[in-house]
Amino acid sequence: MQATRFLKKFVTSTNTRSLASGTRKVTLIPGDGIGPEIAAAVQKIFATANVPIEWESVDVTPVRNPDGRFGIPQAAIDSVNRNQIGLKSPLMTPIGKGHRSLNLQLRKEFNLYANVRPCRSLEGYKTLYDDVDVVTIRENTEGEYSGIEHEIVDGVVQSIKLITEEASKRVAEFAFQYAKDNQRSKVTVVHKANIMRMSDGLFLRCCRETADKYPEIKFEEKYLDTVCLNMVQDPRQYDVLVMPNLYGDILSDMCAGLVGGLGLTPSGNIGLNGALFEAVHGTAPDIAGKDLANPTALLLSAVMMLRYMDLNQHADKIQQACFATIKEAKYLTGDLGGKAKCSEFTNSICEKLN
Amino acid sequence: MSLLTRNVVRTLVQASSRNIHSTGALNTSKPEGRVTCTLIPGDGVGPELIYSVQEVFKAVSVPVDFEPFFLSEVNPVLSSPLENVVASIKKNRICLKGILATPDFSRTGELQTLNMKLRNELDLYANVVHVASLPGVKTRHQNIDTVVIREQTEGEYSALEHETIPGVVECLKVITETKSLRIAKFAFDYAVKHNRKKVTCVHKANIMKLGDGLFLKSCEAMAKLYPTIEFEKMIVDNTTMQLVSNPQQFDVMVAPNLYGNIIDNLASGLVGGAGVVSGASYSAEHVVYEPGARHTFSEAVGKNVANPTAMLLCASKMLRHINLLHYSQQIYGAIQNVLKDGKVRTKDLGGNATTDEFTKAVIYNLK
Repeated sequence: MQATRFLKKFVTSTNTRSLASGTRKVTLIPGDGIGPEIAAAVQKIFATANVPIEWESVDVTPVRNPDGRFGIPQAAIDSVNRNQIGLKSPLMTPIGKGHRSLNLQLRKEFNLYANVRPCRSLEGYKTLYDDVDVVTIRENTEGEYSGIEHEIVDGVVQSIKLITEEASKRVAEFAFQYAKDNQRSKVTVVHKANIMRMSDGLFLRCCRETADKYPEIKFEEKYLDTVCLNMVQDPRQYDVLVMPNLYGDILSDMCAGLVGGLGLTPSGNIGLNGALFEAVHGTAPDIAGKDLANPTALLLSAVMMLRYMDLNQHADKIQQACFATIKEAKYLTGDLGGKAKCSEFTNSICEKLN
Repeated sequence: MSLLTRNVVRTLVQASSRNIHSTGALNTSKPEGRVTCTLIPGDGVGPELIYSVQEVFKAVSVPVDFEPFFLSEVNPVLSSPLENVVASIKKNRICLKGILATPDFSRTGELQTLNMKLRNELDLYANVVHVASLPGVKTRHQNIDTVVIREQTEGEYSALEHETIPGVVECLKVITETKSLRIAKFAFDYAVKHNRKKVTCVHKANIMKLGDGLFLKSCEAMAKLYPTIEFEKMIVDNTTMQLVSNPQQFDVMVAPNLYGNIIDNLASGLVGGAGVVSGASYSAEHVVYEPGARHTFSEAVGKNVANPTAMLLCASKMLRHINLLHYSQQIYGAIQNVLKDGKVRTKDLGGNATTDEFTKAVIYNLK
């Protein structure tokens, strides 16, 4: 029931933690490419808003572990384990043999079982879809990404999709609790149980059973293809979506596409041993160091983190300042069609905070 | 003998009537005899849409006879045996098919759906869905013109699943080199034949390194044999994001089974929904025409509100396939006219017209 304990922390409750309770340490992974710039921007904004957080910056450049494989340095792992909360800028996964994906490793290390991505249309940045407000919740530990694959004979490969009752129940429970805590009215389970009758069938059954415990939340079941079809026609009909790994990966990126890309959507990973909030966009090496990057995704992820830490007042304040700056459209970065530099965008948010 | 006379007379009548109405620009051959086509109305609104096709065919006396079979998984008592349907399609080589509903569980505990069985039985390996913006259909995106080619005999739809211990289920996704190369070749051949410039391989090889890796490798190998066609690879989640923000960049896409299903539906949504996109499944010998986004729309059964455009487009494509070019273009043109006018629109396109009214409008525009 560790899961429920962490769920409770995720509540957007009305009583905020008072500043007197002291500052809390948060592990910061500045990442690669544009990562350090946007991390600095977030730090600056947090400092301006007097958020009672102390950053503990760690380097996750892979080192050779005693077992001979490359991986995250022990110091970084210890830091996240100690603080239990982390904020992560985009990381580059080195291509080549011997490297495990760092993202995957972090996910394993902290048992990050649920990936939460709220997608909301932003005022001021016009896309073809202006009424999106969905949250995708993705099971993050198994499914198609179990990593179990083998070549049976030459030219015949089998990949195993693993669905377990434990993991399915855990993410279903999280989704309903999230919906309840965030005043959402409906949870939709996205599945393909008509094709994968046992595996997706199990996931679906777990969601149904959990739904019974939350009579106040509306529950519906939709096929993955139906959701894809309807989402691009009328995104308003969906609220909170919960699904297995691959579907979540696809749908969360698609929803991000609806509101303007990964540069604007925050992401949080909730786990048993902690929570990790991150910007999921790339490292954009082509504009790295040129002060052109857009820190919005990381900033909004940090805002999600504040909510998780019950620092709601700070969260609201920073979020409003960020939205206002985008709405004003005076200091927009290149990806949003503006000409401003990352620092100008950051300064504009800071001004609104003062 | 009487059959022959009837055919001759009918051909003559049709030929003469066509002379009156023909625009003159079309050089189409006279239909020789009649063609038989297997017909599977399917579940949900399928029968209503098929009725619409039959009405239109009747109005221009298309020389096609249907061999109808009721095939259904949700209604097993009334369903024809699969063997009979397969035999009919093998004989006729063409089939017009509505959508079969696939329930989440099977009465007999089987994992394969009827759809899968039909596809495997006939080896309908390539599903082709041409997604194009239609005139008069108001959507967020314009000028979309992309073809989604989907492998549909293996991958996630292998129906190999088992419960290792209670609460732990394994589902196998099977990718083979033979089938991956076959679909890749199909995609490139399609691109060449239809003057397309680019083929995009949709995959998730960064995670499923072996399975999707093999698919990607097969596509890359095939791409080398087609130097005139541009080749590009894209990860499936990025593809969906690109589709909703910049769909015009895609030309031909080739994907394994499940990703194909996702992209078919997503792309259909961009141009107006499941009611307006047609598709076809090919084997080496047969073609089955069916709507591109597979939804039975069962909540609308009997309400006379479904949009028959997709099914009519399927029928038009089927006619082109059997070389009844004149009828094919006549029907295609009529659908375009009705959509362009925008006076008769079904509910999914923001109108109030019924299925019947739409069908009548198409018939009225045939002349």
